[in-house]
Amino acid sequence: MAGKKARAHPASGLSRRSFLTGTGAATAVAAAFDAALSSVAQAAANAEESQISGPGAVAVALRVNGILRTASIEPRMTLAEVLRGPLALTGVKVACDQGACSACTVLIDGTPIASCSLLAVDVGDRSITTIEGLASDGKLHPLQEAFIAHDALQCGFCTPGLVMSCVALLERIPHPTEADVKAAISGHLCRCGSYPHVVDAVLAAAQARRG
Amino acid sequence: MAAQEQGSTRLERFPSGIFGVAIEQVERTVPADEAPPLAPNAELRRIGKPARRWNGEQKVTGAARYTADVVLPGMLHARLLRAPLPHARIRALDVDAAERAPGVRAVHVIVGPHGGGTASASADEDVQATRRVDEAVAVYAGMAVAAVAAVSPEAAEEAIRRIKVDWQPLPFVVDMDQARADGAPVVFQKLAVSVGGQAAGLVQADLPLKGNVRGPATSARGDAAAGLAAADVVVDGEYRTQAQSHCCLEPHGIVADWRADGLTAYLSTQSAAGAREELARAFDLPLSRVRVVVEAMGGGFGSKLTIGPYALAAAALSRKAQAPVRLTLDRHEEQIDSGYRPPTWQRLRIGARHDGSVTAISSLSYGSAGVALGAGVGNVASRLYRCDNFDEAHFDVLANVGPACAMRAPGAVPGAFALEQAIDELAEKLGLDPIALRDRIDPSPLRREERRLGAERIGWSRRHAAGAEPGPIKTGLGMAQSLWGANVQVGVACEVRLFRDGSVEVRSSVQDIGTGTGTVLAQVVAEELGLAPQDVTVRIGDTEFPAGPGSGGSRATASITPPARNAADRIRRQLCALAAASLGTAPDDLEARDGRIASLSDPARSMTFREAAARMDGEQLVALSSRGDDYAGFRARAGASAAALGDLGGVQFVEVTVDVETGLVRVERVVAAHDCGRPLNPAQLESQVHGGVMLGLGYALIEQRLTDRQTGRIVNGDFEGYKVPGAFEAPKIDVLLLENYQGFSATDAYGIAEPATIPTAPAIANAVYNAIGVRLRALPMNRAALLAALAGGP
Repeated sequence: MAGKKARAHPASGLSRRSFLTGTGAATAVAAAFDAALSSVAQAAANAEESQISGPGAVAVALRVNGILRTASIEPRMTLAEVLRGPLALTGVKVACDQGACSACTVLIDGTPIASCSLLAVDVGDRSITTIEGLASDGKLHPLQEAFIAHDALQCGFCTPGLVMSCVALLERIPHPTEADVKAAISGHLCRCGSYPHVVDAVLAAAQARRG
Repeated sequence: MAAQEQGSTRLERFPSGIFGVAIEQVERTVPADEAPPLAPNAELRRIGKPARRWNGEQKVTGAARYTADVVLPGMLHARLLRAPLPHARIRALDVDAAERAPGVRAVHVIVGPHGGGTASASADEDVQATRRVDEAVAVYAGMAVAAVAAVSPEAAEEAIRRIKVDWQPLPFVVDMDQARADGAPVVFQKLAVSVGGQAAGLVQADLPLKGNVRGPATSARGDAAAGLAAADVVVDGEYRTQAQSHCCLEPHGIVADWRADGLTAYLSTQSAAGAREELARAFDLPLSRVRVVVEAMGGGFGSKLTIGPYALAAAALSRKAQAPVRLTLDRHEEQIDSGYRPPTWQRLRIGARHDGSVTAISSLSYGSAGVALGAGVGNVASRLYRCDNFDEAHFDVLANVGPACAMRAPGAVPGAFALEQAIDELAEKLGLDPIALRDRIDPSPLRREERRLGAERIGWSRRHAAGAEPGPIKTGLGMAQSLWGANVQVGVACEVRLFRDGSVEVRSSVQDIGTGTGTVLAQVVAEELGLAPQDVTVRIGDTEFPAGPGSGGSRATASITPPARNAADRIRRQLCALAAASLGTAPDDLEARDGRIASLSDPARSMTFREAAARMDGEQLVALSSRGDDYAGFRARAGASAAALGDLGGVQFVEVTVDVETGLVRVERVVAAHDCGRPLNPAQLESQVHGGVMLGLGYALIEQRLTDRQTGRIVNGDFEGYKVPGAFEAPKIDVLLLENYQGFSATDAYGIAEPATIPTAPAIANAVYNAIGVRLRALPMNRAALLAALAGGP
């Protein structure tokens, strides 16, 4: 898919790159797009060297919550679909399926990612952590404890995603400010309006870790 | 608290009044087997105390099972074909190719010339206000027409594309103003209407329909025209509110499992018991053969009170395919066809004397619930303030838009947006502070106290004159009030079981939609049995248990916690009787406390709760109780629905900043002072108030469901185009809760979800006025609206 996007459009003879240049977009923006496009082009070049897979099922191996899991999936499947379906990790919630609400957030090598907007076959050997992988030996992660203690959830459908983003935040910034927490969860929608309690929970968990 | 037996009733004394203000004792006649009066929260151990959410651990670990997480062996996946046009006749519908498509197991036609299905938004006359007369017409874009069940969602989707429909486009209208106009395309030639069910709001029977306009629904007392004429001051304003989408994070969904012995539906619903009745009626099954299960529920806000055509289609597919069928709406479907808060237009006139006394209130309103009815503006204008002369006239406007449905405080939310701004405007004309005016005309002692507490907390005394601040970023303070009925569903039941090993279960079909119903049930039972809430196993959300209330109208807590306590009390009495003989004392001398059964007169005589339980014959003790009348009687009762005496109050104070150069309104702070009878769980109540404020904030500033007039389609039918408030929009919210005792039921507890939503938007509007000196009477108050208002435009 990425390869197709990077190539010139056959009918118009116009590539995204030349389109951007031609519109006279602000140079800073164009530069950023150029940088992004060159990495896309690199990926496309790599893809062209590799074998084309699909549309039938292919075997994938995913490192999920510290365990290597294999599944036979169609290459078009998103990571969220694979996690929820073949791997039965239904703690991963899909609410918008377009990367607009962050309910499906998982960690990939520690970085929060909307799993509805990433193809499972593109994960490679990176390590995936879902909400199911946070507690260890039956002991909840301190953030999970803090969410319960501060009643930072109501219907709970956005909760797994929120917890994952907050876990990543505390790894990145062990002692965040309120503004840091709000920034970290700004992509998450909670229709029950639990944001104030989520902020309380994260700050309390950070404080507890400070001791 | 001595009781005096009087046949099947007895007299008891209850605490009454606002705790910390004035508590007195009132005498009530209660049923003889009712639990004894409950002391104020300060004297209790579990009720009113922090208790962790009963299913919190499941929700933070991902273990909670929502409807779309249910997987059954051999389960099929269904998708819907939806009408592409806002108004069109189906000339022909051909499903042959779909039936032959790979992986397809069943096709069900919902509406079509040979479908035999129903085209109403629900199959049930009692729960849906409008029914289509012509069965082969789609009346809004996105209306479900047919459904396919296949071995995968993709196979079902592919088969949907193979259904051939010959559409004959018909003239349509989607805009309320255009639909009202003479000569507008007519949505329905005729309406069949029933009353009392779940439309967008209340629907009055037997009203005339002219074009697309149905009504007026009227009510009156005194003489409003004379009252306006006699007034020293009159305010007269027009207000407009927009359509707001529910945006439940969990979309509507079902897994329908039709078997020879009946139908089981795993359903995302606000009423398991109600859904069972709907399914039983739709498929002509006895209630005993329908089971509805909802374990975890991802938000409803009114949109999941009734089951909707998608769920009926899934059940029909399951029957046909003889396999379980999952149907989950995708986000786009959720946004275009699961309801919304109806848009309204209101003209509100209020007359008053120089001393502030209100001489008349007159309300004229139009609202559009699309192809449904019930888009009224509630009863706040009628009931919030003392006024002898009142009249109202409301018209529902039909349009080729999907059916609206109830949304968190239906009617009251748009109604309060108009009323509470008008009252502020009146105060200004009278030269009175908004609080001082309300102190004169609002009869509620609850709101008086809430105004006092809230004003103090937000620092009301620093409020400046409207628009008085220099500089581009202006601050403003505003407040507004809430009124909502203390609703009760009568006859709903709860069971408590004590097992021989001392374990305890509380059982009811009532569902926990995120409000924490399960937690308060555990607290109430634990209080009665001298246990901790975590000692009580909560079994709810399944019609295998006694039928509980729906979670709507803020009625679940008031309806189900009294029978839970009464059932637990019966278990406690049986347990004390078992222990009494061994302890050498009378059952009346025993109390259940801290996991023990102990003598009141001689605390040395005691045994553990578990030891007492082990004395039972058999495996378990069972007590069932159902919600009866309030001890003091109801203000109003219609069938199973009742409204307690008095109302739920609530007052919110808001501080905003307005950037007059960019038009950006920021809500910096909210003080929300509320009452809900006896508060059962402060943390959960606070969470719900946060939710009410955030929903009201989105309504005030951001949200708008837009239908394109040219194509009749929803323009922003996803989370990219339809924005709901996020963490950056969340202000600091202080929640102040009154403890209000009335001696009405075994728990004296009521809900809070809706009262907390009602005053937010008008409080923000009043604060914006205070900041900039320009009053915004239309929602949402987004940047464009602010800049236009500041420029003196509309």
